[in-house]
Amino acid sequence: MTTEAITIAISGAAYLVAALLFILSLAGLARHETARTGLVYGITGMVIALLATIALDVQSSTPTAIVLLLGALVIGGAIGLWRAARVQMTGMPQFIALLHSFVGLAAVLIGWNGYLESANIAPDLVGIHRGEIFIGIFIGAVTFTGSIVAYLKLSARIKSAPLVLPGRNALNLAALGLFVVFTVWFVITPAFWLLIAVTVLALLLGLHLVASIGGGDMPVVVSMLNSYSGWAAAASGFLLNNDLLIVTGALVGSSGAYLSYIMCKAMNRSFISVIAGGFGIAAPTHSADETGEHHEITAEETAQLLAEAKSVVITPGFGMAVAQAQYPVAELARALRERGVKVRFGIHPVAGRLPGHMNVLLAEAKVPYDIVLEMDEINDDLPGTSVVLVIGANDTVNPAAALDPSSPIAGMPVLKVWEAEEVIVFKRSMASGYAGVANPLFYRDNTRMLFGDAKDRVEEIVRALCDVRV
Amino acid sequence: MRIGVVAETAEGETRVAATPSTVAQLVKLGYDVSVQLGAGVASAFPDGGYVASGAVIVDRIDAWGADVVLTVNAPADAELRLLAEGATLVSWLSPGLNPGFVDKLVALPITALAVDAVPRISRAQSMDVLSSTANIAGYRAVVEAANRFGRFFTGQVTAAGKVPPAKVLVAGAGVAGLAAIGAASSMGAIVRATDPRPEVAEQVKSIGGTYLAVDVAEQKQVSSDGYAQATSEAYDQRAAEIYSEQAADVDIIITTANIPGRTAPVLITAADVASMKSGSVIVDLAAANGGNVEGTVPGTEFVTANGVTIIGYTDLARRLPAQASQLYGQNLVNLLTLLTPGKDGRLVLDHTDIVQRAITVAQNGEKLWPPPPVHVSAAPTAAAPTSEADVAPQKTGLSRTTKGVLTVIGIAILFGVIAIAPAPLPQHITVLVLAIVIGFYVIGKVHHALHTPLMSVTNAISGIVVVGAMLQLTIDDPATRILASVAVLLASINIFGGFAVSRRMLRMFSKD
Repeated sequence: MTTEAITIAISGAAYLVAALLFILSLAGLARHETARTGLVYGITGMVIALLATIALDVQSSTPTAIVLLLGALVIGGAIGLWRAARVQMTGMPQFIALLHSFVGLAAVLIGWNGYLESANIAPDLVGIHRGEIFIGIFIGAVTFTGSIVAYLKLSARIKSAPLVLPGRNALNLAALGLFVVFTVWFVITPAFWLLIAVTVLALLLGLHLVASIGGGDMPVVVSMLNSYSGWAAAASGFLLNNDLLIVTGALVGSSGAYLSYIMCKAMNRSFISVIAGGFGIAAPTHSADETGEHHEITAEETAQLLAEAKSVVITPGFGMAVAQAQYPVAELARALRERGVKVRFGIHPVAGRLPGHMNVLLAEAKVPYDIVLEMDEINDDLPGTSVVLVIGANDTVNPAAALDPSSPIAGMPVLKVWEAEEVIVFKRSMASGYAGVANPLFYRDNTRMLFGDAKDRVEEIVRALCDVRV
Repeated sequence: MRIGVVAETAEGETRVAATPSTVAQLVKLGYDVSVQLGAGVASAFPDGGYVASGAVIVDRIDAWGADVVLTVNAPADAELRLLAEGATLVSWLSPGLNPGFVDKLVALPITALAVDAVPRISRAQSMDVLSSTANIAGYRAVVEAANRFGRFFTGQVTAAGKVPPAKVLVAGAGVAGLAAIGAASSMGAIVRATDPRPEVAEQVKSIGGTYLAVDVAEQKQVSSDGYAQATSEAYDQRAAEIYSEQAADVDIIITTANIPGRTAPVLITAADVASMKSGSVIVDLAAANGGNVEGTVPGTEFVTANGVTIIGYTDLARRLPAQASQLYGQNLVNLLTLLTPGKDGRLVLDHTDIVQRAITVAQNGEKLWPPPPVHVSAAPTAAAPTSEADVAPQKTGLSRTTKGVLTVIGIAILFGVIAIAPAPLPQHITVLVLAIVIGFYVIGKVHHALHTPLMSVTNAISGIVVVGAMLQLTIDDPATRILASVAVLLASINIFGGFAVSRRMLRMFSKD
């Protein structure tokens, strides 16, 4: 065997090992205990895949190519590491959305390259090859612009309200239909302008798809884009005859899609309607009759109440992330636990703007994860809870979802905080939540409002707590 | 508007529809309240208390002539004639049992609201007079039983010897049953309970009882309207065995099995009663409905030949008048709060609201009974305030045939593609499909807290497109090379950034 053949054989084996390691990595990430091992598997798999590919390149390429390769790898890696080290935990959703766009763009570029070098393709495969080019570019471009829009929405650079164009479903369908027409056309006569046309079409579709989804559904969108980026990689795999790309892309694609589905179930929302941009437009229909008197409370009174409480449940939401209040909140939890108060956290599955967003923030602030419970785990305990602190959450604790069948969010599972003895809501003003639905919780008799910046207020409570004697 | 609280004239009635504390709340809602002279005397609420809460004491004609009239019992014909034109009558009307009475109401120019028709949904629990009354009846049943039972409830070891605790069987763990279980167990008795709905087992346990399951396979009651329903034959047979076993063992039986609109089922047969120890007591809360015990005499108590006292009182709530009036009055206040959205003393009826629609029997000559059915799922009893009214629209999934057809079509398409496609494609599709399945299963049991790290790792892994770009670098063409190196650069940002940020996150997760 020639050295070349040996390298190809070895890299083939390396790809298989890498694919297996990726599977183990995802499996490991299912549980806290094995999560770090899972990450190590993932990194190892990636290193093996990269080394094998570099070996292949070295074998069959000019020094210029190798320099370009290593240069791009090092620069890209450096940028990635630099950004990852600097990103705030609260900014995680937009960071991940941005990363997705890179995969999308890379897939588009690979597709274009596939067009540029279609010389040595077997004659009976030419048509299929052209189809693969188009599919790859299409998915990649949708992922790219979709992620960019999601990034802009999540980092509040553009308004998160859904864009409602007339006949938007028709627009989406027309874009898909046009894509099919273009693909068939391109398979028959591969013209360069068709390549440009399909790229532009897909870019616009991605833009429109995400722009028409409201901010409240962003957790689903981010995980859906994650799935798209996987499919983009899988499409590139078809184009390049590379099984590793197919396996990995399909893994990411299907797991991302399933995760989005879980999210949708948690919000009691139809998967299809979220993907097609359905929810956010449910305008508040009758917020007028939900107004009433609300009762305010001061930080000192809250501290008193907490000190006398037997058990406390904290339900954080996106507002905690905005106010960067996770550290004082963790401090408060610690202080209360030292006093013998039973403190737990109740996390709604879609709290924040990313699946598991709150868990990451609380973990950052060193809240032990065994007191951080899921909605279903905590809901039954809420009636026996002395005080619930609602910190920057709104729609996820809205009683209207459970009690008012005419509410736009009716049927969405929520944390039933109103069943506790006392509820204290930290809020900047009486405005509605992301879904734009009024919250009758604020007007309940057992609800107290604590207005102001969540971080400042929690810090005040922690200070006041020191003065309260048990 | 003016609210009239009348003195009840029904035989043996001791309750009143408002107490000084509920009157104060009605006044806060913006109403003027007139209380008939002596209305609360039988419940130990003297007129002075009402005056102190802001009410005016009036005579019978004046009380009945108010804009809104609150009563406990359905008015007699003579009283109906006293109602003013356009008045609203809020009362316990039992419209389902008295069609004739409903017709009388329809003939009058009034609005009639039946408080006992409040649907059993969470939102309306605070207005549910049936629950309030059942709660009282359950408690009182234990008190009556203790009164007749010649022994302690609690077990004691005294200098004069050991006293065994009384054993109590409660049949039916609805509101009344749970109240009875709670009362009996707080007095120290050993309490057992039966109920056709297995989901109440936890509630029974939570207030100190032991749930006796009727272990029949097919029996799974899912209550659609919040009440227990009639049971199957196999179930009844097994239940009867349990009742016979228990009757011979326990000292006190309290039966609470009422099925709305039907004769109460017989749970304890004459033979069961005969097997009980002398001195035992049975309280039959379903006496008014025919009784759960064979031989119950409604409205009275008697002792059987073998010394078992069977109590068939139908007025247990009236035997606790102050408490019953307070709870009933509070239910009415909660109802009027709903009906007075402006808190301005003006009663507004909104028929689009299911609660308000359900209680409206007649309005200005229009017959509105029966209301459209309100379905709540799994709100077993009002004593479990945690139970949730699930009124979300049900999504209809794909039917089994549709699913089957889709599966077959999918397989056919796969088969076609694999059969037609040239060489490398079938292999790639195989790999793709298997990987999709693996991805689906691997992700299935992810802990919710790990969603973000998972996503950032999968994101990093999807940077594997870098391999594609790297392979394209080997092509000797400047344009391709430039595009490929840009792709490599982008993908590596993704890989390194994704893994680094996942590592940062996972490091933070810690346990105590």
